[in-house]
Amino acid sequence: MATRKSAKKPNVSADELKQYYRDMLLIRRFEEKAGQLYGMGLIGGFCHLYIGQEAVVVGLEAAADEGDKRITTYRDHGHMLACGMDPKGVMAELTGREDGYSRGKGGSMHMFSTEKQFYGGHGIVGANVPLGAGLAFADKYLENDRVTFAYFGDGAANQGQVYETFNMSALWQLPVVFVIENNQYAMGTSQQRSTSSPDIYHRGEAFGIPGEMVDGMDVLAVKEAGDKAVAHCRSGKGPYILEIKTYRYRGHSMSDPAKYRTREEVQKMREEKDAIEHVRDLLISGGHASEEDLKAIDKEIKEVVNASADFAKESPEPATDELWTDIIADVAPQNA
Amino acid sequence: MATEILMPALSPTMEEGTLAKWLVKEGDTVNAGDIMAEIETDKATMEFEAVDEGTIGKILIEDGTEGVKVNTPIAVLLEEGESADDIDTASNAPAAKAKQSDTDEQKSTPAEAKAPAAPKSDTSPDWPEGTEMQTMTVREALNTAMAEEMRRDDTVFVMGEEVAEYEGAYKITQGLLDEFGAKRVIDTPITEHGFAGIGVGASWGGLRPVVEFMTWNFAMQAIDQIINSAAKTLYMSGGQMGSPIVFRGPNGAAARVGAQHSQDYAAWYAQVPGLRVVQPYSAACAKGLLKSAIRDPNPVVFLENEILYGKSFEVPKMDDFTIPFGKAKIWRDGADVTIVSFGIGMTYALEAAEKLAEDGIDAEVIDLRTLRPMDTDTVIQSVMKTNRCVTVEEGWPTPSIGSYISSVLMQKAFDYLDAPVINCTGKDVPMPYAANLEKLALTSTAEVIDAVRQVTYR
Repeated sequence: MATRKSAKKPNVSADELKQYYRDMLLIRRFEEKAGQLYGMGLIGGFCHLYIGQEAVVVGLEAAADEGDKRITTYRDHGHMLACGMDPKGVMAELTGREDGYSRGKGGSMHMFSTEKQFYGGHGIVGANVPLGAGLAFADKYLENDRVTFAYFGDGAANQGQVYETFNMSALWQLPVVFVIENNQYAMGTSQQRSTSSPDIYHRGEAFGIPGEMVDGMDVLAVKEAGDKAVAHCRSGKGPYILEIKTYRYRGHSMSDPAKYRTREEVQKMREEKDAIEHVRDLLISGGHASEEDLKAIDKEIKEVVNASADFAKESPEPATDELWTDIIADVAPQNA
Repeated sequence: MATEILMPALSPTMEEGTLAKWLVKEGDTVNAGDIMAEIETDKATMEFEAVDEGTIGKILIEDGTEGVKVNTPIAVLLEEGESADDIDTASNAPAAKAKQSDTDEQKSTPAEAKAPAAPKSDTSPDWPEGTEMQTMTVREALNTAMAEEMRRDDTVFVMGEEVAEYEGAYKITQGLLDEFGAKRVIDTPITEHGFAGIGVGASWGGLRPVVEFMTWNFAMQAIDQIINSAAKTLYMSGGQMGSPIVFRGPNGAAARVGAQHSQDYAAWYAQVPGLRVVQPYSAACAKGLLKSAIRDPNPVVFLENEILYGKSFEVPKMDDFTIPFGKAKIWRDGADVTIVSFGIGMTYALEAAEKLAEDGIDAEVIDLRTLRPMDTDTVIQSVMKTNRCVTVEEGWPTPSIGSYISSVLMQKAFDYLDAPVINCTGKDVPMPYAANLEKLALTSTAEVIDAVRQVTYR
């Protein structure tokens, strides 16, 4: 593994750095396990893995405060783990079981946790962007000083409702961070083939929304940009755009053979830019952790992931009467 | 412990595949993420990656093998310190078990059809006898309903095009900006898709939005947010997150505004589980149902009608007047035929009933008021008495609210029917502009009278 120089010295503590390592590794190992369970037929339908993009959510969660909200599209497992949702509940939802976050009725693309302020898990590309601005609208209305992270991809960035939302968010000064996770491919279409001008973060300028590009393979850079964006939103200055350049190692979904890019391109990213290896290097070279320390973390994460898989296999399928529940609410929900 | 590597499922529909090519050989060390083989699925050739680290102890299925069932062991992976000799023969046995406890059991117990319940309709009056009444237009009723609910609950707000400073394209929000201020009465840009989504998000964030569409025709730009985001999220979240939001505005044909501004969406939205769908006729129903809609924890599609806005009705003078969903209203008792309608269709239904009475045909007229949930019990009970039914609506015929009612009556009141049910609907054409053609495209009192004569053979 080629070592990479970080743009600057980490301004976080050794403990924080170790936590990032742990959080990113949890996502990667969880996703690998999900891929394996998919292969065994235990997970069905569409399953979009987050492998390669871990630094984005881990860096931004480090910038979030208690009570801040997040919403994303369907490549959502990483967001859920990063905001502290239980891997067992997430994996059990993937296997469509009773103990899943949506009691087996949502699946990989539709999971929610009001407890952790995770508002989904949405299957329609771009639709979550106005929804996220709506959460921020509620926070501003209720004057509660919270910020919403609305994540979407480079593909969603071409949907019209994104710009409708940029306009209204700027007009009404909503506290929302638009996070564009630019992994460079909208399913099989590269950004070059879909996007007239490559720098998506500039697209807020027409609405007066500041934006910046961030190296999404460097968790420290993401954290720093996240801090800045959150401070901007929380101070009442309205929305902020972060275009975070990242890369997914796996196909768009499990059934994508990824013929639109070369194996060498993927291999090069993994070898030269991997976000987890980056933090690993920082920990070792900075003398913050030994190989043994990291091996112990690896082992611990492996156990957490295996336990989630066992739990997800053992949890029963939902009772058949679940078919008819949760269609209409009888009492007012406590969403916020 | 040696672990078996199983033939993976690499698409939602794959049951077997071809093990096209091994990219590792026995004795090779692999790390998580390394590509081990190429596998042809029903759709494509996929790369198959290692999940665990270890050494390839044995390859069980050779290159080029076709028809390898999902979950068949294809290789054995050894952990650090193990050798190929450790491979247990048992692990070579085909271990492809059934995917899940699943299917047979599931298939043998299909979703149970709900047993037809004996119809028992709620015939209680909407307000107590002797209540003082006042005359009010539908417009005033809707306006008052919103104002009352906004006074009652600070989290209720109104947003839409021209709702604040212009006071509503149809003046339904007149005076609201003055009383409640710009924080709660919000002019949006012309951007239905976006503000419908912002409304749904706000409903998740603890507010109770009333989103006005200048007309429901424009809400087609926003229908994804109404259905995919508002209606389905309670279910998809396992009951965690509901969407207490009202989408309202004029629906159906106004007059001479052409095809793109003249569509009735009743049957479209009534099809969607997770929504409540309301289409009031009178001012009292508009007021009582809109207040219920704003308080309801579910997304409500509230379909008004421009022609009815200016029509006056008696409305009870009550401090807090609401009407529950799923309760039809019998406007006229009758013994010879049941006419079922809702919204502006009621004007044809009631007018027809009066003219028919002159000829001695005694029609019962039912206003459904809410289309989801729909009070079919009241309709069934009525038809058990009259043995004949005509439905009236302005929407298109295939399929329609009327065709659904026909099916319910066939299933639950077949033995009581003395004639086929007739559906009076808008014609199966886009709305024309020319005055004569537009009149033909809509249903009419004359058509309702004809239909009643057919089902009563008179």
